[in-house]
Order: sequence, then C-alpha cells, then structure tokens
Amino acid sequence: MGILEIKDVNKRFGGLQALGDVNLSVKQNTVHAIIGPNGAGKSTLLNCLVGKLIPDTGSVMFDGQSVLGRTPYQINQMGISRVFQTPEIFGDLSVIENIMIPLFAKRDGAFRLQAISSVDSQTEMRERAEEMLEEVGMQDKRHMHAASMSRGDKRRLEMAMCLIQEPRLLLLDEPTAGMARADTNNTIDLLKEISSTRNITMAIIEHDMHVVFSLAERITVLAQGTPLVEDTPDNIKGHPKVREAYLGETD
Amino acid sequence: MFGLNTKDTRLLLIVALLVVLAPFLLNPFPEGSALAQFNAGYPDLMQRFVIFGVFAIGFNILFGLTGYLSFGHAAFLGAGSYAGVWMLKLLTINVIPAIIISTIVAGMFALLIGFISLRRSGIYFSILTLAFAQMAFALAASVLTPITGGETGLQTSLNDPRILDAASEGGNIPAPSIFGLQMRDSFELSVGEWLFTFNTGYYLSGIIMVLAFYVAIRIFRSPFGLMLKAIKSNQQRMHYTGVNTRPYMLACFVISGMYAGLAGGLMVAMDPLAGAERMQWTASGEVVLMTILGGTGTLIGPVLGAGLIKYFENIFSKINDNLLHQWFAFLPDGMEEFMVTIIHPFIGKGWHLTLGLLFMGVVIFLPGGLVEGGQRIARLFSRKKPSGKDGATTRTEPAE
Amino acid sequence: MDQFILQILNGLDKGSAYALIALGLTLIFGTLGVVNFAHGALFMLGAFCTVTLSRFLSFEVDTGEVMKTAWGTENPVTEPWIYGTLGEVTGQTVIDWAVPLSILFSIPVMIGIGVLMERGLIKHFYKRPHADQILVTFGLAIVLQEIIKYYFGANQIATPAPAAFVGSFDFGSLIGFDANSIIYPYWRIIYFCFSLVLIAAVFAFLQFTTFGMVVRAGMSDRETVGLLGINIDRRFTIMFGIAAAVAGLAGVMYTPIVSPNYHMGMDFLVISFVVVVVGGMGSLGGAVLAGFILGTLESFASMQFVLERLPGINQIVIYLAAIVILLTRPRGLLGRKGVMED
Repeated sequence: MGILEIKDVNKRFGGLQALGDVNLSVKQNTVHAIIGPNGAGKSTLLNCLVGKLIPDTGSVMFDGQSVLGRTPYQINQMGISRVFQTPEIFGDLSVIENIMIPLFAKRDGAFRLQAISSVDSQTEMRERAEEMLEEVGMQDKRHMHAASMSRGDKRRLEMAMCLIQEPRLLLLDEPTAGMARADTNNTIDLLKEISSTRNITMAIIEHDMHVVFSLAERITVLAQGTPLVEDTPDNIKGHPKVREAYLGETD
Repeated sequence: MFGLNTKDTRLLLIVALLVVLAPFLLNPFPEGSALAQFNAGYPDLMQRFVIFGVFAIGFNILFGLTGYLSFGHAAFLGAGSYAGVWMLKLLTINVIPAIIISTIVAGMFALLIGFISLRRSGIYFSILTLAFAQMAFALAASVLTPITGGETGLQTSLNDPRILDAASEGGNIPAPSIFGLQMRDSFELSVGEWLFTFNTGYYLSGIIMVLAFYVAIRIFRSPFGLMLKAIKSNQQRMHYTGVNTRPYMLACFVISGMYAGLAGGLMVAMDPLAGAERMQWTASGEVVLMTILGGTGTLIGPVLGAGLIKYFENIFSKINDNLLHQWFAFLPDGMEEFMVTIIHPFIGKGWHLTLGLLFMGVVIFLPGGLVEGGQRIARLFSRKKPSGKDGATTRTEPAE
Repeated sequence: MDQFILQILNGLDKGSAYALIALGLTLIFGTLGVVNFAHGALFMLGAFCTVTLSRFLSFEVDTGEVMKTAWGTENPVTEPWIYGTLGEVTGQTVIDWAVPLSILFSIPVMIGIGVLMERGLIKHFYKRPHADQILVTFGLAIVLQEIIKYYFGANQIATPAPAAFVGSFDFGSLIGFDANSIIYPYWRIIYFCFSLVLIAAVFAFLQFTTFGMVVRAGMSDRETVGLLGINIDRRFTIMFGIAAAVAGLAGVMYTPIVSPNYHMGMDFLVISFVVVVVGGMGSLGGAVLAGFILGTLESFASMQFVLERLPGINQIVIYLAAIVILLTRPRGLLGRKGVMED
C-alpha cells in the first residue's frame, strides 16, 4: 500500500476525457515523478489530489483516508502540501511572515481566533521559522518584501513554507518551469536534500527530463489521460513505448 | 507596555494625549478673534471627531487588513444607533448599557450580512454589502417605522418606560448620562482671551476611542491580523496552507461591524436620536473616504481622515462672506472684494467643492493618504535635525 | 393585465437610463480598468448641456424697438436673439426643440469633457489601486457637481420636451384594451427608442470597426494587445470620450422625464454600479441586460397590487434582485472569471 492510492480516476471536461482510468500508487518516502506530453492530464490529476477538482469516478486515498469531497485547506491539514508552477507566496508580506503563516496554520488548524496576543510574543514559533530560513539559506532575507525577490528565491521560500508544515506528501507542479539552468540545478539539490533528510514523500510533475532523471525513484508516464507505464528511471529510459509516445517527440 | 512594542506604545500614548488635550489643541485662537472660526474645540465637533474615529478604525480593520471593501458599513452604524436609542427608552438613560447593546446588535447584524456577502469577493462583495445596507436604509425609512421611527427618526420621549430608572421629575425628557453625569455637561475654563470647554460626552467617547484604538493595534499585531493580511495578499496560497479563510473573514467582518455599532451607540449617547439616513450609502461612502484619505491599512490614518473630513464639514461650511470681509478688511476695497469673490465658492454651502478638491489633491500628491504625507514631512525634518518626531505629531494635530 | 403592460413600459425608460449609464461604466472599466465614480456626474453634465443650450437659445436681446404702453411710458422690446437670426416662427420652433437639438450640441461637448478628464486625470490612475481610483473620481464628481450648483443653483430646472411630444400615447386602445387604460407619455417612448439606437450604435461600432475590434481585444486581454505594438493609449482616450458621450446623451434625453438638478448623477451612480456588477464586470451585454431587468423589476414592484402585499418592496427590489443574482450567479449575469474578484 502506498501513502497515496489513486484508483480508477476518470475526469471529463465536456467532450474531452482528461483522465481515463488512472491507477497510481505512490510509495512512502519515495520521489515519484509523473511525466507526459502537454495535455496528458498531469495538471488535472494534480488538481484532483488537492481538492481543486473532483474526479467523476474513482477514489483517491491518502494514508487510508479519502481526499475526495474535501476542500484544499482540509487536504492540506491531512498532510499534503503543494508547490505551484509559478511560486504562490504572500507577496505583500516579509519573508519571515511568509514562513510563520503556514506554521500558525499547522499549529492552530484551519481556524483559530487569536486576536489579542501579538505575533512577536510567539517566540517559539519565531525560532522555528528562523531555523527553517537558515535551512533554505534565506536568513539574510528575513525582512525582505517577498514580492521583490528573484524567482529562484520565491521558489525557495515557497518550498520552505511547505516544508515547515512537515507534510507527509509534497506535490510539486513543474518546480523548475521557466528557470535558468543554474537555478534548476539549485532546485534539484534542494529537493534531493529534502528527500534525503526528511520523511517526505514527493510527487513531481515535470517536463524537464534532466530534473526527472536526477530526482525520481519511480516514474509514471501519462499519455492522453491514461498511465502508459510505471517503472524505475532506468527502465523508463529504455522503454520502447515511452520512447514512442513521449521521449521520441522531445529528444 | 500594554503588550505593545515601543513604537506602538508611543503611538498609543500620543493618541491618548491628543484626545485628553484636544480641548486646548483644537482651540488655538482666542475667542472673538478673526480666526476663532477655525477653532474646533467645541463639544459637538470634538465628539464627532472621536466617534467617527471609532467608525473609521473599525472599517480599516476590515478594509486595511483584508482588502475587502464594504460599501454598506453604515448599516451597522445605523443598527447600533437604533439599538442604543431603544436601550435609552426601555432600560435606563445611563448610556453604558446602550453602548454595549449597540455594539452587540451591530455585531449580530454583521454576522448575518457577512455570512452571505462573504460568499463573494472583490467588487461583487462590495455590491452585496451595498445592497444589504440600502435595503436596511429603505426598510428603516418605510416599513419598519414602528421600530425605527421612519423618516422622523427614533428618539427618547417622556413616556418611555426606562424600567431601571426612577420616574423622572419635572416633566423633562431626561438627558443621556453616565451614573448621573450628563453627557452634555461641560466645564468651561477661561484663560485670558481663550475659552476651553471640557465636555463629559467628549471625554467618554474619547476614552472609548483610545480603547478601540488600542484593541485595533492588538488585532493588527496578532496572529489573527497576520492571517488577514495573508488573505489579502494571496487567498489561493492561504487555501493550500490549510487555512479556512471564511471564518477568518467573517470574524473580521463582525469585529469591524461591532466597531461601527459602537460608533452608532456613542452617537445616540451624545444625542439620543437615530434616523434612517445614517444607513444610507453616502454614509457608508464617507467612512470609505475617511479611511483612504487618512491612509488605508495604517493604524492612525483612519482617525486622521475622519478628523479632517469632519473638520472640513463643520468649519468650512460655517464660514460666510461677512467673515471673509472681516478677514480681508485690511486690504484695499477692490482687493478685498476680489479676494472674497475668489474664495466665496469654496466656503459655506460650497464646502463640498473644497472637500472634493481635497480628495483629488490627496490621491494625486499623497498616494498613501495623510499618513504618507506625515511620513514625508517627518523625513524632511529628520534630515535637518535628529528628532524627526515633530513631523508626525504636527500631522496628527488637526484630527485630534 | 393592462397594469402589467403599463409597468413593463414604465420599466423600459428607467431601464434605458440604467442601461446607458451602465454601458458607459462598463466600457471604461473594461477597456481602461478604471472604476469611474464620476460617471454619474457625466450623466448630469449631459443633462446640463440641455439646460445650457435651451437657456442660450432663449437668451433675450433688445430688438431696438420701443413699445409704448397705454400710459405713454416706453419699454424696450426684448425677444430671444434667435428670432432675429431665424425669424420668429423658426426661432420659436428651435427653442421648442432645444432638447433634441442638445444631442448635436452635447456630443462634441461631452467627448471634449471625456477626453479632457482622461488626459488630465484618469490617465495617471491606470496602474493605481482601485481604492485610489474611487477616491479621485469621487472627488472629481463632487467638484463637477458643485461647479454646476454654483452656476445653475440647487433647484431642479424644468426642461420640457418639444410641444409635439408632450402628451401621451394611448397604447391600450392600440392593442385591444379599453381606451386610456394604458397611457404612456410620448417622450418616454422616444427615450426608449433613442437608447436602443444608441446601444445598437455602440455595439455596432465595437463589432464592425477595426477600432472597435482592437478595443474588444483589449477588453479581453489588455497585455497582449499592448504587446502587439498597438497604440492603446490613444484608443483609451477615445473610448473614454465615447463613454462620456453615451452617459451625456442619456442625460440630455432624460431631462424632460426628470428635471435636472446638480445631484442627479449621484442618485443614478449607485444603482448604475449595482447594474454593472449584476450584469457582470466587463460585460457590455450584461450591463444592458441587467439595466432593463432591474428597471422593469423596479416598476413592477411599484404596482399597487404588489405594494399592498409587500409594502416597501419598490424601494428594495433592485437590491434584493442584485443579492439573489450575485448569490446564484457568482459573476453576475454575463461576467467573466477573475475580473475584479480580488
């Protein structure tokens, strides 16, 4: 049993079959990549996992519990965090505040009215936020306006915001999209470090084969909304069906 | 101090000091002098400064923190006013229960309207709140006349039960009071040419405004406040951070509505009369303008904005041509006539024109509102001399 | 039944005014992204174009003749100056037709005012937050309003329709009801037809001209159009002028229905915003549709029959409808996703 079990998921948009009988299992503490050509249904699948979309049929189980019918915030509270294609951060706030908000959300749950005690007096929370900043190497930027940072830093910050919640499953939607080579490599290193030092399962949607093959332990190839094949990176590289359907096009 | 950091404590103390000293600060010109017209240190106007200050502080908690622009906040002010008058009629002429009940009733009203309106965001939210408030206004003026007094308004009368009070003597409608001290009671202090008035109602409202301001600071600095700022910044990320934004927004909306109700309660405590026009969209628009004018999202801004608008409304509308002639009497006749003609459209009934120009001027030249202006002046001062605090305090003066 | 038809008719002219103002508001919002609180003031300025023209035409001058009264005193004879130019009969007609003539007069004036406003003020607010736009245009609305009050006074100024259109049309007998059961003033029919023509003209302009095509493209995706190297600035200015003219014309023709006063713009402004939002931000069709729907609803709610059962409903029906529509259709009738939702 994997930590994430997707069974017979179907999703239609009008006449378009976006997902057809998707079955997928992500094992605990692995990095699982989902690849496929444009329009293969990768993003639709991801949105079905976080509560943005609801599949027409099928089930999505996380750690034995169904995520279907739950809202994004409920799913996050179950232990699933998501990194977006373009970093979604709190641009108007400082870096340290950006880190503290998910920390409060983790501690206080979906809602808690704490209107009188001050943020500054929460020393324990602050220390943890500072530690996290150090871990991702942003301690010098703690008071910076988040919107004014470089894209690479924003990505780092978003990653830190997800990690501080100690999720059990981290979903990454093309984490290196639009990045320069150097930034991409930095991100790969960061993700490698995260997966080796923490007990976090990761599911990555990615276009960039370089990223996929440097990170993933398992790869699922999606084509026209259906999983074509699932295997280790080495086997995927040599798989004739994959070459034909996907790699052949890009290489 | 008071669980605030030094900067906030200083701000709170300045505001408290200004409220206490307002009767002096707002009456800088001797009685009977040509400039006495600009004195704002009379009870009625000072009360209005602080009460609208409360209203604007509350509005800013919603708009400044979350960016949700309510265009129906006057409905809560009105609801609070009606509830307040009813308490003065039924319970006791002591204003304390009236003020408390006003706040609670407005809060419940806000809970209801907020619960529905917050299903939408952006301009759709604004129009929903506007629609509810306009409905409340129209109903208060017509169908709900038994509760609201319709177009004449609701006021205290001699026959009111006032179950907690002893029967009133002398056949006069009792005036609102606090433990025997009447709101309209004033103590006048004459110093040479100057006359200073210390009014019970003003000081009660002033103390409550300082308290309201203090609570607002705490909210701004709290985790709750931080969450609200985060909702304003990126609602989507908030959902994926495990936060249910709806109860946060609703709590904020209710708190903000309670501030409006508190302001409404204070209004009737000063003058036990509530009319439907208090709920009209123009009143809702006024508090929006006060907040933006002062500086949205800043702590002191809304209070400054409220003060400035009320000052203009009361002072500029009272200047007339005779007064202008007095002021320019020192000029040669032709010049005098010329100056009066030039200034005439901007004063008296034309004060709206001045206000409109003021709005435009502030938005064009001071995009952050008066607070931004204050900061610029402060920076100017601090470049010249180390103690740059002067700039900030001179700015706060006209409001307090 | 006759009451029913009468109320539909009554709703149409009010709906026309709402639709015209909302159309202009949406044009400005959709193309320029500006929330224009001064739009009601433009409606009011249009109405005062009529007042100005009618006063100008009937301005009295000395004829140079002297009239001897029975007592032998001599009074100079005055007459509207236009008699001198066009002769008394034609002059009389021209004065009588001041309202329709104002259409011609107000178009250049309103476009001028619109262009001036956009160049002088609005232009600088494209990138500013909506709150700033609201404050500055609200300030402008107050200023315009006060200027009008200063020159024309605070009272309503009656501006009658041409004599030919005074009176009512017996709509009932035309469609088989009793005579005089459905009476509808001529001018309201004209107002309704006029606004239909105006709305059609705006739509045709946007649909069939290259200029309109660019503007429509800009409404759906501003950035891309900007990237195509099209000079969007000049088009924005022209669009603002057109929107001002539409609001102005709505005001010009409305004068015989409600005598203009300086704050008529503010009275219409709030409802127009409700109309725009109910129609869906950025949707021209939605604005027009919502204008007519809400106008008609309002007049239905004023029926005696309805009022007896639901007292006060006429005052709140627009807002009630707005709430119901916004709760069931999150982006109004025809709104698009993501416009002004944050």
